[in-house]
Order: sequence, then structure tokens, then C-alpha cells
Amino acid sequence: MMRRFVLIAIPYAWLLALFLVPFAIVLKISLSDYAVSIPPYVPQFDWAEGISAFLAELDFENFIWLTEDDLYWKAYLSSLQIAAVSTFLTLLAGYPIAYGMARAPEEWRPTLMMLVILPFWTSFLIRVYAWMGILSNEGFLNQFLMWLGVISEPLTILNTNSAVYIGIIYTYLPFMILPVYSALERLDGSLIEAAEDLGCSRLTAFWLVTIPLSKNGIIAGSFLVFIPVLGEFVIPSLLGGSDTLMIGKVLWEEFFSNRDWPVASAVAVVLLLLLIIPIVLFQRNQQKQQEAEQ
Amino acid sequence: MNRMTWFNAVSLTLGFAFLYIPMVILVIFSFNESKLVTVWAGFSTKWYGELLQNDAFLNAAWVTLKVAVFSSTMATVLGTIAAYVLVRGGRFMGRTLFSGMIYAPLVMPEVITGLSLLLLFIGIGLDRGVLTIVLAHTTFSMCYVSVVVSSRLVSFDRSLEEAALDLGCSPAEAFRLVTLPIIAPAVISGWLLAFTLSLDDLVIASFTSGPSATTLPIKIFSAVRLGVSPEINALSTIMISIVTVGVITASLVTKHQVARQKREEQAAVRA
Repeated sequence: MMRRFVLIAIPYAWLLALFLVPFAIVLKISLSDYAVSIPPYVPQFDWAEGISAFLAELDFENFIWLTEDDLYWKAYLSSLQIAAVSTFLTLLAGYPIAYGMARAPEEWRPTLMMLVILPFWTSFLIRVYAWMGILSNEGFLNQFLMWLGVISEPLTILNTNSAVYIGIIYTYLPFMILPVYSALERLDGSLIEAAEDLGCSRLTAFWLVTIPLSKNGIIAGSFLVFIPVLGEFVIPSLLGGSDTLMIGKVLWEEFFSNRDWPVASAVAVVLLLLLIIPIVLFQRNQQKQQEAEQ
Repeated sequence: MNRMTWFNAVSLTLGFAFLYIPMVILVIFSFNESKLVTVWAGFSTKWYGELLQNDAFLNAAWVTLKVAVFSSTMATVLGTIAAYVLVRGGRFMGRTLFSGMIYAPLVMPEVITGLSLLLLFIGIGLDRGVLTIVLAHTTFSMCYVSVVVSSRLVSFDRSLEEAALDLGCSPAEAFRLVTLPIIAPAVISGWLLAFTLSLDDLVIASFTSGPSATTLPIKIFSAVRLGVSPEINALSTIMISIVTVGVITASLVTKHQVARQKREEQAAVRA
């Protein structure tokens, strides 16, 4: 009995101390005020004054500030937009690849799988960096397009939102391909043959049979891309321009450049509230799928 | 239905070209003579030489490696215990909160995890350095380990453990002699995942590191912010090669093991 208690207590205590308590601190600081002191916020907790005096000093001022300053709600909206559009584009790019993999000869599939997973083990930072050299004005893409004669002057792609989209699609593609592939691989080919025998064209059969049967993979892949992209920092700060607004970048700058901890914490709390909806939907979808399998 | 139509062939070719051409370009230009990363000026390995003399990068690489080894090992121990408790622990008080805390860090944006841990370390007056990065990395990667290990624990036959207990093993012996060997592949892949996550992490390390400890991603990020440089290409090439060799070796080993298992099973059936 004692052993069981210790086994439960060790990871439990670790997560309480290093996950839940830090989050409570963020919540508390988001309700505090900015001050020129170390650490730069008031009120500091003081046992002598008691809890009620401490609580009385907390307020929602930072959250009101977030609604008043254009920067923040624009950053939230533009993060949501970038995340939604790039999730859709990743699906468009990833679906044909997953489809091709699921239809490839069986002995190729492990190799194709490995080729999809390999970039995932490679440093994220390096994969984003690779695009900096390709997309710049004198970069590989512009040189190639000018050599082809498609354009006469280099296109400005780096430091724009287009570069951010390319970077997101590139780095998150495996997260889309894998769940869609596993849904398509399980799909019973005779269903499509049946649809074709019953007079469907190939395209109609694809639309009416294949897409609905791979729905779970599409949903899982979309959440796996959307959720992390919403808080993305590295891609907008390396590939985006000064007008690329994403909330992860705003939070980073609020903390490291402006040193305004209370506002940075409030930004974090609101971002988390935004994320709760897709996360709960994702969990439900996963649970439904598990129940269906059993 | 294994038709390899032209459409499938084209989409696979384009897809893998998109995934791999950027890396190939990166690797090619690490051997470029010129300082410019975009204009080819002849073959040279001088950037590798300069990289090896750059103490700042070497120190950062050493710190990163230390952090990754410590944090992934701790994460594996804690994550395996957490998985065991979740799958085999039965009911206990606060179980829902516990499983919530296991899954939440997986979807938490890195900026929030980093910010919250930093505020904790400042709050308790812990100096930021290698220790704080290790604590931070252990916390988020133990959750990945526990997900990997618990999926293995769920799928294995519990009666094996019960048989060991019936035959007189203590619970600890049953775990060591029966459970651990069976879940070992999952524990190893959990460790590898935690190790890679730690090597790779920029955001959480930036929040939780101090001036005394700079990791490689932090170093690369601050260099890359100023623009592309052939030294970074050389460094990237080294990292890509290590990962490629590792992944290919791992997949060959797995393939070999699966083949051996099949042979043994067939032999057993024949016998």
C-alpha cells in the first residue's frame, strides 16, 4: 500500500510543482500591476498582510488593456486566421501524399513512412532556417524562376506572410500526412470498386466514399496542425516580416523586450482560453475514434 | 487496390521533393567556398573547419547534450512511472487531475510553458542555468514518454503479470522480470523522443536559461536572426547527418527484429 502511494506521489508531485503551480503563478501575475521593481509587478505576496489584503489588490486591468489596444486583438485574429488558412493548405498538400502512400505497393510503405518521419526528427529550427536561404531576394527560388524566365525581377517573399505559410506547411506536413495515411490505409478498397461498379465515376467515388471514410484522419491531422500553429513563435519571427502579427511573437516581445510581465501573462491566459475549444473538440474526436475501434 | 496511377506517382514525387529539396540545398551550400549562401563559388570544407574552432558553438553543443541526456533520462523514469500508475494504478484520489496534467503539456503552446516555468523559478529564487533547463525539459517530455509507454501498457496481456505474482514474485520482481522487458521498446522510444525534443527546443530553453547556460538552438537562433551564414549550414548538415544515420539504423534494427520474430513464430508453429 505504501509502495503504491509513493509511486503515485512522485510523478503527481512533480507535475503539481512544475506544471500546475507555475500556471497558477501566471494567472496571479496576469491580475497584478506592472511596477518598476524586482520582480516587476505588484502586489507581492506578503504573509503579514494576509490573503484578503493581497486578493483585494488583484484586478482585471491587464485584460481590459488587451481589449483596448488594437495590437492584441489584431494579433489574436491574425493568429487564428494564419492557423486556419495554413491548416487548410497543409491538408491540401498532405492529402495527395497520404493517398499516394496508401496506394503504393505494400513493400514500399515502410520506406515511405520513414521518409515522412525523418524530417520530424530533424531540428525544427534548421528546417525553418533552410527556407531563409531559398526565399530571400537573391535566394534559390528567385534565381530559379528568373532562369526559367517566369519573372524578370526577384519576388519579395521572405519576411512576408507568404513565407510564414510556406514555413508552416513545410514543418507541419508530417503531422497531417500520418493520421490521414493511417485512415486511408485501413480503407477497404472493395468499397470504392463497388461504388465504381454501381456507376460512380472515379472522382465521384473519391468524393462520396474515400473522403468520408478518411474523415477521422482529416480531423485529427487538422487539429495536430492548428493547435500548435496558433501559438507558433519560431516561424513568424524568422520568416515573417514586421507586419506579421502572431500571438506567440507578441507574448515573447512583451516579455523579453518590454519586460511587462503582467501583460505577457494576460496574453498567455487569453491564448490558453482560445485553445481550450479546439483541444476539447480534439479530445472528443479521439475518444469517439477509440470507442469505435473497440 | 494497389494501383500505382500516374496521379499517385506525381503526388508522391512532388510531396517528397517538397520535403527534401530544402534540406538538400542547405547541405550543398554548406560546402560553398563563398561567404554568400546563395551563389556557388566552388567546393570547400572551410566552414566546417571554422565551426570546429568556434568555442561558443562547441560550448553550447556540450550544454545541449548534457541537458538532453539528464532531462530525457529523468523524463523516462518519471514518465514510465506515470504511465504505470495511470494504466495499472486503479482508482485514486485526483486521478482525473493527474491524467489532465499528463495530457495538457502536449498541447500547451511552448511560449506559455516557458513563461510559466520562468515565473516559477524566479518566484522560488532558483538561479537560471543548466538545472532549470533540465527541470523544464523533464516536465514536458515526461508527458510524451508517458503517452508512448501507456499505449504499450494498455495493449499487453495483464495475465502475464498475474502469473508471475501467482508463481511467487513480489510486485517489484514481477515488474522487473515481466513488465519491464515487455514495455522496453516503448521505454526506449520514449527516451529517444524525449532526447530529441530536448535537443530541438528553443522556446522553453530561452525562457528558462540564464547567461551561464546557452544551448545550441538558442545560439543558432540568435545567429540566424541576423541572416543566413555558411557556418550555420555546416552545423545543420552535421545535425541532419546524425539524425539520418540514427533513424535509418533504428528502422533497419526494427525491420531485422520483426523478421526474426516472424521466423521464430513460424518455427514454433511448425514444431
